[in-house]
Amino acid sequence: MSPAYSRAELLVAVIAGLLEGCRHVVVGASSPIPGAAALLRRELDEGAMRVTILGSNRYNAYTNGGVETFDLAAQGRVDAFFLGGGQIDGQGNINLVGTGSYPANDVRWPGSFGSAYLYYLVPKVILFREEHTRRVLVPKVDFISAPGVSAPEVYRPGGPYGLLTGLAWFSFDKHRQRFRLESVHPGHSVEEIRDRTGFEFDCPENVPFTRAPGPEMLALIRGRIRSEIAETYPRFAATFAN
Amino acid sequence: MNQQPICTLRELAAAVADGVKLVVPADACGVAMAATHELVRRGVRGLHLVCVPTSGLQADILIGAGAVATLETSAVTLGEFGPAHRFIDAVRNHRIRVLDSTCPAVHAALQAGQKGLPFIPLRGLIGSDLVARRDDWKVIDNPFQPGDPIVALPAINPDIALFHAPFADRSGNVYIGRKRELLTMAHASKQTFVTVEAITDRNLFDDPTMAAGVVPAIYVSRIALATNGAWPIGLPGHYGSDDAAISRYVQLAKTEDGFRSWVNEWLGEAAVPA
Repeated sequence: MSPAYSRAELLVAVIAGLLEGCRHVVVGASSPIPGAAALLRRELDEGAMRVTILGSNRYNAYTNGGVETFDLAAQGRVDAFFLGGGQIDGQGNINLVGTGSYPANDVRWPGSFGSAYLYYLVPKVILFREEHTRRVLVPKVDFISAPGVSAPEVYRPGGPYGLLTGLAWFSFDKHRQRFRLESVHPGHSVEEIRDRTGFEFDCPENVPFTRAPGPEMLALIRGRIRSEIAETYPRFAATFAN
Repeated sequence: MNQQPICTLRELAAAVADGVKLVVPADACGVAMAATHELVRRGVRGLHLVCVPTSGLQADILIGAGAVATLETSAVTLGEFGPAHRFIDAVRNHRIRVLDSTCPAVHAALQAGQKGLPFIPLRGLIGSDLVARRDDWKVIDNPFQPGDPIVALPAINPDIALFHAPFADRSGNVYIGRKRELLTMAHASKQTFVTVEAITDRNLFDDPTMAAGVVPAIYVSRIALATNGAWPIGLPGHYGSDDAAISRYVQLAKTEDGFRSWVNEWLGEAAVPA
């Protein structure tokens, strides 16, 4: 029997769980699933959590321009942010620039955006990349847009909290400088994760399935959250739910 | 600055000399596409293009048209429309020099520029290949707390800031609302060129609710009327983007020839300066 929810709905619910306890979450550009998840968390917290969605008018209360995201982060006023990567390696390094040698990369991506700053300053950076393949999850990134860990003398109150893909959730241990497989999404297996991950990671003997959203959560996602996220991501809102 | 800032689009574009450092905003802040059209038409060359902090269609077109020598940006992205093909092609073929940056570094360097400072320190960055690849960025020791490394960025003082705004008054004051990066760009740049949807007869400082969202005339050298001047990019709060037009551009710009035919159509002329 196929599940009663879409993958996007599962990911929205998982991220909303990871955001528990946050006071202010910022969602960057081209991030509809994290955006929907932040709005869901806000809903579950009865509006107590602040959400800033870059690209939204309703969920953007900035009066000092685009720099305000970075200044807020530097002031400790952003608890969580999302970063992706064309490549992500086992030490949490992310590459948003390209593959091969720089600057004439074999494949060139848009660029590093705010990663080389927010990854250092936001306490809970959730790495989010739906594609879970060896081409994305590599042993070593070709270009470090932002490193997963820093030398002790480097000012770094923030960093990677974990990595969520379309198949699994890994936490990040900054002392061991490694990911740990925490859960596998329903319908997938640890073997499949191993096959499709290009880096080494810690794996406990028993890995649970990622908790699927219940009927009440799904109703919330398909109702209120879908209509709220439509302001910023109309096309996503029209298609993401089952 | 200029006592008579209001001019035509063509005059505005003609005043952007080859080789200048030109600073432009991201898509959500008002991109001067009609002015970009005039720049490409006149065949501007050798620009050092600074994007605050990213660019999309505008950078891709200027790069494709051969107008850019150096690109300083945190990203070039057309978002869901697809890759910025002309940017990617130019990078892979060494046709432009790219100064890869990160968003807060662009903002901070402009803030240093607006204050007349030689440089500004910024957190983050250390251990990133961005620092390894930017010869102009230095890791220094915090002079107040030795043993605390921090990155020093040289100030950015562009020759010209160029953007599109909803309206201006006849004295040269420009309404930008809460798009404050436009104010920083104007402060940091030697001159500011603006295209607007409308020119109003009232003075924008007469209304205090408006005054806080104004770039004052002291910074503004040229203003040209350009209705729908951000097309096919939108002007938030005024009109949306023309998604079909942008999609079509991305399709055509996959190849050099396709890009040429798109530009020729855009210019309404048979030839583009090669």
